[in-house]
Amino acid sequence: MAKILAVDDSASMRGMVAFTLRGAGHEVTEAENGQLALDVARGSSFELVLADVNMPVMDGIAMVRELRAMDGYKGVPILMLTTESHTEKKMEGKAAGATGWLVKPFDPEQLLATVKRVLG
Amino acid sequence: MSAVDLTQFHKTFFEESREGLDAMEAALLALDSGSTDHELVHTIFRAAHSIKGGAATFGFADVAAFTHVAESLLEEVRSERRAVDSGLIELLLRSVDCMRAMLERSSQGQPVADAESEALRVELVRLVSGEVAEAAAAATAVAAPVSGWNIAFTALPHLLQTGNDPLRLFRELQQLGRLEVVRAFVTDSAPAQLSELDPSQCHLGWELRLHGAVARGDIDAVFDWLDGDCELTIAPLVEAAAAVAMPAPDTAVPKPAAGPRPVRETAAASSEGSSIRVGIDKVDALINMMGELVITQSMLSDIGEKFELSQLPRLRDGLVQLERATRELQDSVMRIRMLPIGSVFNRFPRLVHDLERKLDKRVRLELQGEHTELDKTVLEKIGDPLVHLVRNAIDHGLESPAQRKAAGKSETGTLKLNAYHESGNIVVQISDDGAGLNHAAIVAKAQQRGLIAAGQELNDAEVAELIFQPGFSTAAQATDLSGRGVGMDVVRRNVRDLGGSVGVRSVSGKGSTFTITLPLTLAIIDGLVTAVGSERYIVPLTSIVESLRLRADAVRRIAGGGEVFHFRDEYLPIMRLHRAFACTDAVTEVERGIVVVIEEDGRRVGLLVDDLLGQQQAVVKSLEAHYRRVQGISGATILSDGSVALIVDVGGVVRLGQRSRAA
Repeated sequence: MAKILAVDDSASMRGMVAFTLRGAGHEVTEAENGQLALDVARGSSFELVLADVNMPVMDGIAMVRELRAMDGYKGVPILMLTTESHTEKKMEGKAAGATGWLVKPFDPEQLLATVKRVLG
Repeated sequence: MSAVDLTQFHKTFFEESREGLDAMEAALLALDSGSTDHELVHTIFRAAHSIKGGAATFGFADVAAFTHVAESLLEEVRSERRAVDSGLIELLLRSVDCMRAMLERSSQGQPVADAESEALRVELVRLVSGEVAEAAAAATAVAAPVSGWNIAFTALPHLLQTGNDPLRLFRELQQLGRLEVVRAFVTDSAPAQLSELDPSQCHLGWELRLHGAVARGDIDAVFDWLDGDCELTIAPLVEAAAAVAMPAPDTAVPKPAAGPRPVRETAAASSEGSSIRVGIDKVDALINMMGELVITQSMLSDIGEKFELSQLPRLRDGLVQLERATRELQDSVMRIRMLPIGSVFNRFPRLVHDLERKLDKRVRLELQGEHTELDKTVLEKIGDPLVHLVRNAIDHGLESPAQRKAAGKSETGTLKLNAYHESGNIVVQISDDGAGLNHAAIVAKAQQRGLIAAGQELNDAEVAELIFQPGFSTAAQATDLSGRGVGMDVVRRNVRDLGGSVGVRSVSGKGSTFTITLPLTLAIIDGLVTAVGSERYIVPLTSIVESLRLRADAVRRIAGGGEVFHFRDEYLPIMRLHRAFACTDAVTEVERGIVVVIEEDGRRVGLLVDDLLGQQQAVVKSLEAHYRRVQGISGATILSDGSVALIVDVGGVVRLGQRSRAA
């Protein structure tokens, strides 16, 4: 059971992620883009952040960079939800401070396995 | 692990994909009209990217495959490896259409790819230079199975700051085989003094041995995220080199979700149109109102429990509050159904773009008032009439560039779509700066079709009215584009069905303006309650021009038994409601009753009623649903005393009145 922040501009993807994690007993907060995620993160604490890369307003890479600079998020695992066609994005994400990534498309089982991998 | 039913997200996926495609289309058209805004390219890319991700996740493999290729092409544009030209935009617009059709078929559980989509996909593939960066996860070389691995792992100081944790890695390695820590050491990067140690920095290294027939790929997967955060060497245990003949264990890297999942036929397709996305502020307003209502209710019930006459003022206050809260609640609820007309307007840039090419005309489209909100039902049904009017404007209204030049106008015509509020109505205007209505041609055609007699004199307004007559426009003369056998009469009928009206103003050589007036909502009207005998009829307030009492001698009888009276320079027919609806014990002498002048499409009629009882908001109930359609009645409502009143269909009554005058 962990507090998880799920960030994706796609409502269906976000819904799937949140629903799956909640089903596994986690407490999930959703945000629609990087900026909104930062607003949420500022007033709260999370044990894991899952973030899409391509988002309007503020993309996932910029969000990770800002998040890492924020108090309380220095060592929190942040996973990028990325697609196989963008290997360079993975590296960009890492450079910004992401912990790792989950490659889209993933199914609920893969999501839970990866989350378990991070949270133990 | 319990399987999550992904079908529950399909509807959201289709909805957002449709929005994504609309955004793509709009951005493509903006690029086409010469914008160099790089954000447009990002928008297009992002939409394609989201659709691909969703389609793959939710098992629409064909859509994902198609979108993937389109996305690759867009990636080249985004990284400026490919220039944007009109050919590319055309291709991408076709791709948008194709994706839209594929998603539509997906949502209905039909087979998705067809010859057309396949041909387009091949065309896209051919365009994308080099190989599509398909398999990043492809083949970490699969080594022969071994009996174990030596792993030298030294963390770089910043490793912890990426959210990674060596303990997690060890835990994962332990799941692969027996893990032996040969040596752990402090690296040179560590500070000399313990007091200088920063706990967020990591200065440790390990020599590990992992025993068992572990695939190299599985170890790589554990360290997958740590590229650049550590020094890592992985080598097979030396003595293991000989042990070969073991069956290869399942290798490597989590695979992307496999192929298509069966698309379950859901009820979602049919119930699709009936969902609505509501802004959270609207819902909050609703909850707020509800709260007030509850407070008022408890206050009133408190008064009611032990009522004394002295409490009358409090009761009155409570009732006033109740009325206000109810009205605001009603407003809030109605607002939920309101959506911006922009969602309809948004389809026009594409339509105009296509028509320009087809008809070889140059058009500049101006959209105004996209944020004007309309009832969802009205919004859904206004699309077709608007499309028809826009087609007409470009096809018949705007001239060719050559003609425009000859007339001293700019070669590019202007088509303006505008929406705004006006006294409780929504007005939508479609105006062009084309040639205007061709009176001579309209009159000639009307004569040919027998709508008017030869030699009949008509003023401008009457000529304009002719184009709305049934039978004026027919399939025989309709061009490929406008018409299609559908005439302006159908446009007018559609608008009327929505409780609205449509008219046209035209200036020869300067252009035409079609004006559609629509009610804010279909569900509630502001009405004037009138008495006819013991019956109550409600006349929509928006269509009332004036109410007046006539002297007996102001009424003239005309041939055929009709009655008319003089009103503002014209003679209006009197429509006796008691006669039209067969009411007994009603006032029959005009001078004892009241005449309510109502207007529809510029035509007026005087309704004779007994008395005016006051204004009231009426919640419209369908008469057809409970009884049957009655001419001249648009619905029914329940009055505050619980009795039923019928709502007068102004358009229908005016037409009845006009007919009786013509007769």
